[in-house]
Amino acid sequence: MLEENKEKLYGWLHPDDMRAYRLKHKSMVKKDKLTTLSEAIKKGVKKDDYLVLGGFGAVRNPMAAVYEIIRQDIKDLTLGGKASQNDANVLIASGNITQIEVAYAFADEIRGLSRPARAAVESGRLKVLSEMTNAGFQWRFTAAMKGLSFYPTRTSLGTDTLHYSGSKTITDPFTNEPIELLPACHPDVAIIHVHRADKYGNCQIDGNVMIDVEIAHAAKHVIVTAEEIVHEEVISNDPALTKIPFFVVDSLVEVPFGSHPNQVPGLYSFDEDQWQIWLDASLEDDDITDYLNTYVHETNDHYDYLEKIGGVKVLHELKKIEKGLSPYPKVARRG
Amino acid sequence: MVNETEKMIIAGARLLPTDAAIYVGTGMPLLASILALKTHAPNLLFVYEGGGVGGQPSGRLPIQVSESLTYEQGTIVGSIDYVMSLAQAGWIQYGFLGGAQIDIYGNLNTTTIGDWEKPKVRLPGSGGGADIASFCEKNIILMRQDKYKFVEKIDFLTSPGYLTGGNSRKEAGLPKNTGPYRVITQLGIYGFDDVTKKLTLLQLFEGFSLDDVQANSGFPIAISKDWTYVSHPTETEINALRKLDPNGLVIG
Repeated sequence: MLEENKEKLYGWLHPDDMRAYRLKHKSMVKKDKLTTLSEAIKKGVKKDDYLVLGGFGAVRNPMAAVYEIIRQDIKDLTLGGKASQNDANVLIASGNITQIEVAYAFADEIRGLSRPARAAVESGRLKVLSEMTNAGFQWRFTAAMKGLSFYPTRTSLGTDTLHYSGSKTITDPFTNEPIELLPACHPDVAIIHVHRADKYGNCQIDGNVMIDVEIAHAAKHVIVTAEEIVHEEVISNDPALTKIPFFVVDSLVEVPFGSHPNQVPGLYSFDEDQWQIWLDASLEDDDITDYLNTYVHETNDHYDYLEKIGGVKVLHELKKIEKGLSPYPKVARRG
Repeated sequence: MVNETEKMIIAGARLLPTDAAIYVGTGMPLLASILALKTHAPNLLFVYEGGGVGGQPSGRLPIQVSESLTYEQGTIVGSIDYVMSLAQAGWIQYGFLGGAQIDIYGNLNTTTIGDWEKPKVRLPGSGGGADIASFCEKNIILMRQDKYKFVEKIDFLTSPGYLTGGNSRKEAGLPKNTGPYRVITQLGIYGFDDVTKKLTLLQLFEGFSLDDVQANSGFPIAISKDWTYVSHPTETEINALRKLDPNGLVIG
């Protein structure tokens, strides 16, 4: 052993314990798994859970589920911040996340750093458990999916990023050079937003799959929100398009525009107007409270939320922008 | 009149070869890469962390490395696993990086200012930065320079440069023939000494002096005996760049 930091190991399970968990909790029987968002979150997300959200950056994120977590006020969540932006920043601002493992967080790429997320760390309200890299977090889920306890990589050898992670560095028995072993990561619950699924939970994702295939196979409990529930023949006609199979999915909800204000590739664009409203609100704690009251607490459900942000007129325009039929509006940035 | 951001982006674009794969991030790196593509490097293959490879974005600049525009008219689109594996296996020669702090060996900090346990400022963390820094043959660092950014000791070593110099990067186990290649700031362009791996001034932007370079660094900067001035951006470069970012999202 060349280096290890046992204090920084989170989300890891012995592969046999995870095999036993799957044997007990997952089923190969095709069942209708459709439920409501409220039920799926109430049943699937518990206080103190280790949560991972699908998508990457602000693309194809389960935002409706994020807002439902806030609506139900599920507290003290730990987030796997694998390349987390808007989803994480909103949940940090709302106070529902109190611990995080970080590959990337607290910012929105070109839109700027997230004030409430940074302030949460700097004030101690949010505890950073460990550091990781984007590739590293991907491969932690890869190890978990493959039923292995670790995944070897050469990334970040010699860095503090590695020192502040749960990785171990050993001598590679083939090259006789240092190699990093990334610990498998098995979240308590994963929520993934997909383009379409059948009622059993067989999911299709168009475009980039991000880390979602591995996350779905790595997590204990898997909630899928789908833009559209389709007839099962749509899936069985071309199984090569299935990215997540039914047997890993625990519950399923049809949630059109479920990633709003973020993008779903091929379907709808970022809602730059809504983004600007959020970014402006995020500058002051009182304005964040107002924002969350207006768009989350005072809306009964996701459909109510969609009306609040402008309804069909706005949503239709977002579809046209994504298809290149309407010009792209001014990009929202933190003031 | 060209502003400092434009100068840095144009200098970055010029460093890119006519054909290679490059890991691009949003902001200045993307503008430098597209500028190279539109001017001298039509065969640059763009790779995005979000899984897109070979996309040729048109109309506007991608604002996210994972958005659909990154693989518009592209070659292949996969997962984070796919593109990170490409990088680890040596398919991607060039990468762009930035940071809040850099040291004399090109190590970068994008994690915390102050103590990690109780940071004064919390930054986004590695993201794909440490991966690109670990895997790509030639990394180009774009960042502004002052005494608080060019420091003797960075508060957190997020992304590996030449670690403690000499052969230490290889000894740590990082892939052979990888590491920082150039650092571009508003003052000039730096490389790294072949043996000591210490940051060395290669070129100066006009309007600045060797004294400016040293006055804006917390560590001593070696000056190449062959140092020159960076040649002024051409009309073609300036026009092409401004056409790419008509609203000044990145170039201001």
